[in-house]
Order: sequence, then structure tokens, then C-alpha cells
Amino acid sequence: MNYLPDFPRLLPYLPDLMAGLMTTVWLTALTTTLGILGAVMCVWQRHRAPTSLFSRLLGMLVELLRNTPFIVQLFFIFFGLPALGLSLSAEMAAVIAMTLNLAAYSSEILRAGVDATGRGQWEAGRALGLTRWQSYRHVVLMPALERMYPALTSQCVIVMLGSAVVSQISVADLTFAANFIQSRTFLSFESYVVTAGMYLLLAIAMRALLNRIGRRLFGFRHLTPAPRRRLSSHVLKEAHS
Amino acid sequence: MIDFTLWDILRNLLLAARWTLALSLIAFIGGSLVGLALTFLRLTRWPGAALFCRLYTELFQGTPLLMQLFLAFFGVAVFGLDVSAWTAAAVALTLFSSAFLHDIWRGCVEAVPKGQWEGARVLGLGYLKTMRHIILPQALRMAIAPTVGFSVQIIKGTALASVIGFVELTKAGTMLNNATLEPFTVFALVALLYFAMCYPLSRLARHLEARLNVTAR
Amino acid sequence: MSLLAEVSALDSASSDAAVSEKAAVTESAPVSDSALDTESAKAPLVSLSALTKSFGDLPVLKGIDLEVRPGEVVSIIGRSGSGKSTLLRCINQLEQHDGGAIHVAGKLLDGSEMDAAALAQDVGMVFQSFNLFPHKRVGENVMLAPMLVKGVARDVAEREAREMLAKVGLGEKFDAWPSQLSGGQQQRVAIARALAMHPKVLLCDEITSALDPELVGDVLKVLEQLKREGMTLILVTHEMNFARDVGDRVIFMHQGRVHESGDPATLFANPATEELRQFLGAVL
Repeated sequence: MNYLPDFPRLLPYLPDLMAGLMTTVWLTALTTTLGILGAVMCVWQRHRAPTSLFSRLLGMLVELLRNTPFIVQLFFIFFGLPALGLSLSAEMAAVIAMTLNLAAYSSEILRAGVDATGRGQWEAGRALGLTRWQSYRHVVLMPALERMYPALTSQCVIVMLGSAVVSQISVADLTFAANFIQSRTFLSFESYVVTAGMYLLLAIAMRALLNRIGRRLFGFRHLTPAPRRRLSSHVLKEAHS
Repeated sequence: MIDFTLWDILRNLLLAARWTLALSLIAFIGGSLVGLALTFLRLTRWPGAALFCRLYTELFQGTPLLMQLFLAFFGVAVFGLDVSAWTAAAVALTLFSSAFLHDIWRGCVEAVPKGQWEGARVLGLGYLKTMRHIILPQALRMAIAPTVGFSVQIIKGTALASVIGFVELTKAGTMLNNATLEPFTVFALVALLYFAMCYPLSRLARHLEARLNVTAR
Repeated sequence: MSLLAEVSALDSASSDAAVSEKAAVTESAPVSDSALDTESAKAPLVSLSALTKSFGDLPVLKGIDLEVRPGEVVSIIGRSGSGKSTLLRCINQLEQHDGGAIHVAGKLLDGSEMDAAALAQDVGMVFQSFNLFPHKRVGENVMLAPMLVKGVARDVAEREAREMLAKVGLGEKFDAWPSQLSGGQQQRVAIARALAMHPKVLLCDEITSALDPELVGDVLKVLEQLKREGMTLILVTHEMNFARDVGDRVIFMHQGRVHESGDPATLFANPATEELRQFLGAVL
């Protein structure tokens, strides 16, 4: 038990960590964008034609993705699909798996937001002469995105943290770098603590960035948490009178 | 190389799935106990308790579960602690689950309307009695659906224990894949088995949410 | 200081006796005017002096003096934001006051070491939003506090709860869930729940404001009955007819102060200040 952690010995490996971090960042940025787009398209399709065969298949795929572990999805795509003649690089497989995973979860989050809007408003939009897509986009989708933005943000961070698993198919991400360093130095505690710290900072930074983007898109309304206790408006009114 | 029939693969996976269930159960029970302790700690209103709980949650929700498993398995070895993959997985998953369950339950306690506190307070109930008779019963009811929902995340989380060599469903899958060289079949079956465990729970969570919402007042 | 405390303790003892005596008398007959006159000579049940309260930098109560005698029905009226709800919430310490003194039944509420259990036996409260416990049946809502706070045995508590529910006209709802009741019924359960603690004074914070108009009458009828039985009531209300017909005194609050007060007939007929005139013009 008299082991003293030796963090300075990690210093020579800083470039490896940074390279790994960059991989994790670009993977996350790419798959967040693709995943949300996929979710929007999935929700649109299931909204447009809820009973069509394609929509039902999409619904089944979403349930399948939500009820199986990400690592198994990754292995299936990376090891299983080549058996069907579809060979993928590790990075490709990682991008596909992460995108599908995020899209599946986000589409359910969005659908909950869409349900809250109600059919009447969409029809009101149609009645004003908007096309189906226009009506959907302005009357249904944007309010749903706005309402569900905090939940979507959390989901994106969860997918980023889950991406640590892609190291298992040799994508050189941050976790891969940590494994590499600990196999060289045997400083397992130090390398994993430092890496975990980097993930934590990344998660915090990502949340801050997404909140910023959200404020750009929707204004302050829903994104600043309501203060716990707040003077009721009538008290304030009186102060000015 | 031995020839594996489909039944051989499935049989081996089913045997390994027992360990997935066992690990999930331990993580759920352990996570509940620790999560409950955290929730009560927070409710004591001791100075620092809220901060501690927040940091704890932030730490386990802000780092990858895989990293937590590595730390629990490889990280502690340098201190001379020789932990088995089984122990490391159980500990890491317990801590991971406790952070999420605590967060869910804290949210439920806070979601009980302020009027309930005031209603109890003007009747003369103190903090503990209000908690026990008024707040917790209502929070408990709200907590059921999201707790069941989170159990799905725990089952899926146990798949990561395969990475530190714990032989559960996913690890059995990779081993069978190496033996059979039939990745498509093997991982499809693995996925189906997880689905068979998780989907009923997901459905149950959704059903409970709808049902408890309807009668919620 | 200690002498003062003793005096007020004596006062409280005598006022307690007065209340129970009066309750015994009024079982059979309504209180006559002359009885009320002798009552007003008694020590106040609730007394506020120079009460102040701020939320942050915002003064909400700017020095309130008020005395309420046993058996009195006092209506507090005023615009929203005038501080009337805050005043009520200070009396049972849901809000802690910043300055001044509150005496209830002779006991000084100083904010420190406040004993909720003891205070609840002097002061009951009914809220605008009912605040019934949704996970407990109606009867359990009423029985809960006597059992937990006073240690009353279950069978005694149940008998009394049935009595209280019968009194508010809901004797048959003992086993119902709050969610099965209308707003007016829920509010009457809330009144029964407060009465089960046998408070000396009942505070009512806009208790009819959340009700559909046709349900208001039932709740007000219960209040009238309570007045006949000698209960002391302090109500924040928008029901001007009730304040005029049933109340003994009306307090008009404006900008955190008692702007005008007096007996309802005079006050409503001849408001002395422009503010009250405007207020009455807006609500009547």
C-alpha cells in the first residue's frame, strides 16, 4: 500500500494523449452532427407516415439500438458486417456505431418533444399554406428541439463518454492512448486517472459549448435553469409602484 | 478447431448470460444501497453533504464507465491490491449505478411540490416526519419508472466488464467468435440476448410511467 | 422582560379559558353582539407589533401592528403584492419575520428554535392550493397530524376525523382519495384537516381563489359556521361580500402597511383613503 503515484513520468507521453484526445473530439463532433440529423430524419419519417413499413422498421431498429450495449453494436458492425462482404475501417465502424446509437436515443427524445406539440398545431401550419415539411420544421420540429435541448445535450455527452469503447477495435482515441501508455510504463493508476480527468474536462467543455449553441439557436428562455427560489412577480411589481 | 453448431453457440451464450444477470443484479442492489445512502446524506442538510453528492455524481457521470472499470481493475493493482475482474466489475458498476440512481432519486424528492412541505409544516410535522410520511412516499412513486428504466442501462453497462476479462455475455461472444470465426451469427445472437433482457424492462418502465402519470395528482 | 413574559403568559391562560368557555356557550346559540363586546375586552390571541419583512432588498411588510381577539373574524384585503399573504405566513412562521414581534396566545415567536409542533396547536392554516397529501386518503389526511404530532391514538383520531369531515359536510368521503374530490371538496377537507389539530386561530390564505365560482359558496358556508362556533379566523380574501357580511373587521393593506382598518360596514360604505376607494372600485 506504500505506492506513491508518479504523474511526472507521464509527461513524455503527452503527445500521445493529445493525439488520442483529438481523435475523441473529432469522432464526437462528427457523430453528434450526423446523429442529430439522423434523429431528425427518423422522427420526420415516423411522423409523416407512422404506419408505413419503413417507419415500422425504423421503430424496431431504434428499439434494438436502445436495448443492446454499444460495445456489442460496435463489434457487430466491425466484425460481423465484413462477413456479409461489407468491410469497414475501425474508424468507419466507430463513426457508424456512434451515429446510430445517438440517432436512436435522440429520436426518442425528440419524439417525446414532438408529442407534446400536438397534432392540431401542425395542422394549423398546414392550413396556413405551409408545405408538409415547412409545417413540420417550423411548427413541430423546432419547438421540440427547443423543449428537448437539455436532454439532447446530456445524450450527446453520454455518447462521447461511451466512445471510450471504440479503443477496443483499435481506434486510436483517448482511451487507446491511455492503454498504450500504461502498457509501456505500467503506470496504470496514473494514466487512467489523467485520462479520466481529461474526459471529465471534455464533458464539461462539451456541455458548455452545446449550451452556448443552444442559446444562439433558441435564446435564453429554456436553457438557464430556473432559480430555486424567486420572488413572485407581484412582489416585484409592487416594488416599482 | 471444434465445429460449433448454432445450438452450441447459443447454449454457451445463454450460460454466460447468467453472469450478465448476476453482475447486473449486484450492481443494481449495490448501486441502490450506495445511491440511497447518498440521497439520505444529502437530505440530512449537513453543510458539505450537497457539495459532496454533487461532486460524486459529476465524477461518475462525467467520466467513461470503461475508465472507471480500468481504474478499479488495473489502477488499484499498483497499490498492491489484487482484485479479481469480478470484484473490480462489481465495484465499478456499483459506484457508477449509485451516482445515476442518486441523481434520479434526488430529482424525485425535489419534484414533490413545495406546498406539500408547507402543508405538513403548518400541521406541526417536523423535518423527519414530513420526509417520512409526506415527501418520501410521493418521491418513491415518482422514482419507480425511471429506476426501472435505469436498470436497462446497468445491464448494458455490464457488457463493458468483458474488457477487463470478466466472462459474461459479451466476453463469451468474443471468445466464441475467435473459436468459430462466425462474427455475424455470434454477435447477432449476443445482441438478441441483450435485447431479450432489456426490452421487457424498457417496456415495463414505459408502462409504469404512463400508468403512474395518469393517477398522479 | 421576564415580567412582560409572565404577564403575557397569564393573558394567554385567561384567553384560553375564555375560548373554551365561549365554545361551550356557542354550541347552542350564536354569539350575540353583547357577547362579542365583552370578548373584545379580552387579551388578544394574535398580536403583531412593528412587524417587518423583506425578501432580499425588497421590503414587503413595513411595520405592521395588529391585534386579533379570540372569536374575531378579520379579513385582510388589498391588491396582490400588498404583503397580505406574507403577513399571514409570518403568523405561523412559514416566513420568518425580520423585525418586530409576533405573539400568538401569549407566546412570543422569535424565529429561533421555533417549535413547529407547538405552534401548529395554536395556529392552523388553509392554503389557496389545498396542499392535501395526494398519497393519503381523505380520512388519513385529517388523522395524520393529531396522531404524529399530538400522539393521539388511532381510534380516537379516526373518530375525530369523521366528526370534522361531517362538520364540513364530507362525512361520506372518509375513504376517498383527494384526487376524486372537486376543488371545493378538497378545500373543505383541508379545513377539516386544520381543525383536527384544534387550533386557536385559523389562517386562510385566499382559500377560494382556486375554486370554480359555483364551489365557493360551500367553502364560505363552512367558514360562517366556524365563526358561529367561536373560531378565530384571519383570512386573506377577495370575497368582499363575505368580508362585509361575516367579518368583524377588515384590514386594507397597501404597500406593506395597514392602510385602513375598521368594521366592514363603515369601511366599505365610506372608505377614508383614496387607495381603498380605488381598490374597492376595482373589485366590487
